[in-house]
Amino acid sequence: MSAKNKHPQFSISRALIYAILILGALASVLPFAYMLMTALKTYGSATTNNFWPWFPLGDEALQWSNFTETIETSGKDNQWQTFLFIRYFVNSVVTSLAIVAGTVITSIFAAYALTHINLPGRNLIFLLILATIMVPNDLTLVPKVVMMFQLQWYNTYLALIVPFLASVFGIFLIRQFFLQIPRDLFDAARIDGAGHLRYLFTIVVPLSKPAIVTTALLNFIWAWDNFKWPLLVTRDSSMRVLAVGMQQFLVSEGGTKVQLMMAFAAMVVVPIVIFYFFTQKYFTEGVITTGIKG
Amino acid sequence: MASRSAELSTMRASRRSSVQLWRRIQEVSLGYLLLAPALILLLVFEVFPIFYGLYISACDWRLSCVQFIGIDNYIRAFTEPDMWRSLLVTATYSAIAVPVQLGLGLLLAYLLFQKIRGQQLFRVLFFMPYITSTVASAAIWSFLYNQDKGLINSILTQFGFPALRWLSEKTGVWQMLVQPLGIELPGWATGPSLAMIALIIYTTWVFVGYDIAIFLAGLGNIPGELYDAAKVDGASGWTLFRNITLPLLSPTTFFLLVLTVIGTFKAFNHIWVMTQGGPVDATTTTSIYIFKQLFQYNRYGYSAALSFILFAVILVLTIAQNRFAGRRVVYD
Repeated sequence: MSAKNKHPQFSISRALIYAILILGALASVLPFAYMLMTALKTYGSATTNNFWPWFPLGDEALQWSNFTETIETSGKDNQWQTFLFIRYFVNSVVTSLAIVAGTVITSIFAAYALTHINLPGRNLIFLLILATIMVPNDLTLVPKVVMMFQLQWYNTYLALIVPFLASVFGIFLIRQFFLQIPRDLFDAARIDGAGHLRYLFTIVVPLSKPAIVTTALLNFIWAWDNFKWPLLVTRDSSMRVLAVGMQQFLVSEGGTKVQLMMAFAAMVVVPIVIFYFFTQKYFTEGVITTGIKG
Repeated sequence: MASRSAELSTMRASRRSSVQLWRRIQEVSLGYLLLAPALILLLVFEVFPIFYGLYISACDWRLSCVQFIGIDNYIRAFTEPDMWRSLLVTATYSAIAVPVQLGLGLLLAYLLFQKIRGQQLFRVLFFMPYITSTVASAAIWSFLYNQDKGLINSILTQFGFPALRWLSEKTGVWQMLVQPLGIELPGWATGPSLAMIALIIYTTWVFVGYDIAIFLAGLGNIPGELYDAAKVDGASGWTLFRNITLPLLSPTTFFLLVLTVIGTFKAFNHIWVMTQGGPVDATTTTSIYIFKQLFQYNRYGYSAALSFILFAVILVLTIAQNRFAGRRVVYD
């Protein structure tokens, strides 16, 4: 009986379970496969033949040139003398990395002050920080856009980066981790003459790598996905991030040149998916604990 | 001699205490200094904008407050049929998307939990749509839904079904079902537009992996002995699910319910990419409506007022869920 439980034998119900799961997994992956397939087709094939056109079902050649054509079709960035696609990509990488670096640093500092220094009003400050989670982004969208105009940050990198340099989730996540570091370590370091900053950087930060990596990853994904804000606070095509550039491309070219649109999407999706496969352990954990992108 | 040594020791003590005081001041200033960047950023970009937004919403705003008009923007919103329609569209979207998404998520999570080979691989695959850029996946789906060239219509016509207009179809789905019979349903009975259903299919595809991950975590927290005990009593299959899994999973379900309702009321990115609120106004949710007022018409005061109204709606819904659904949650 118990042996049977440990190794469930074949039965119709189990076959059904696998069938449903496989169907679900196929549905999850199929749109990506379709994207890759279409990205490698000619325009004619993409618009007339939706099913697999290659061996054994066909003999079409793979159109790798679609990728270069997409980059060329995106247009010219006169400021940097490069293609707009490159510019979008650089903008996305620069803003995302700046946001990640900023968030990690401000979160580590705040979390350390909240856990290792006996500050007057410490609990009150932490409550205040937590309370800001309740403020939905959209509620403060209009005033923030107005602020960007008044600070003259509109259409600059500052508008894309600075408002996101502090993250409540980051502070919370890292603080939880810092709380678990034994107090004895701190006392020992003090006896050895280490100050707060040295203790923070030589002991606390290396010990908290998992929490810091999770914070960094989640903020990166979130910053990379940011669409509404860049759309509102940038005007020039040279200031667009990938998400905005891709939407503009969809509006201007995507309807007529599907294969290029899919090549564009592939160039955005594939790096993220590869990145995800290597880091998915941190991802799933982080997403479960914080619940971002709700 | 004795008094001198006492004097000396008090001098040392006071010196020590002043050193300690100095150290303490240093420590506290360091603490505040470390807190300052995060705190200032949050105050400037999270807390201050709430009050600033309230002020803007009470203004006729053109680059600055040209006229203070009190609650006029709010009155305008409440008397604007488009605003009410957008709320109705949002509510429809939410009312369909939430149960579909959570139901499917729970089903797949429960199946995955049955000692399945390759559980980890399935999880990773289900999660993929969730982590990819929203604009990219929405662009892919726009093409899948394409009327003449899209994969979905190709499959439909392959099996002899008519091609549908998907994202550009504003007709209600019930009306479309009875159309071939020559029946014309009254306006209120035509059902959600096909464009809306297409958006909901996309949202389900994106978020189901997230729901599965959370449900799996919840399922893992249910003690296995409970199942064993119930099995000894002869329970199996549906009875186990109904009497053990569902009640013990209810905190997780409730958490996801609240989160998903809020998510559907805030949904913007994919709707903007796939339909921009169209056809006509069929998918103009309140988020889209607010964005259009801001982005296309530069009505700052009005859209600030709308943001507060939407926030109030979300808040009321969340409180209501806490009252009604929250009561049914079983905490052990």
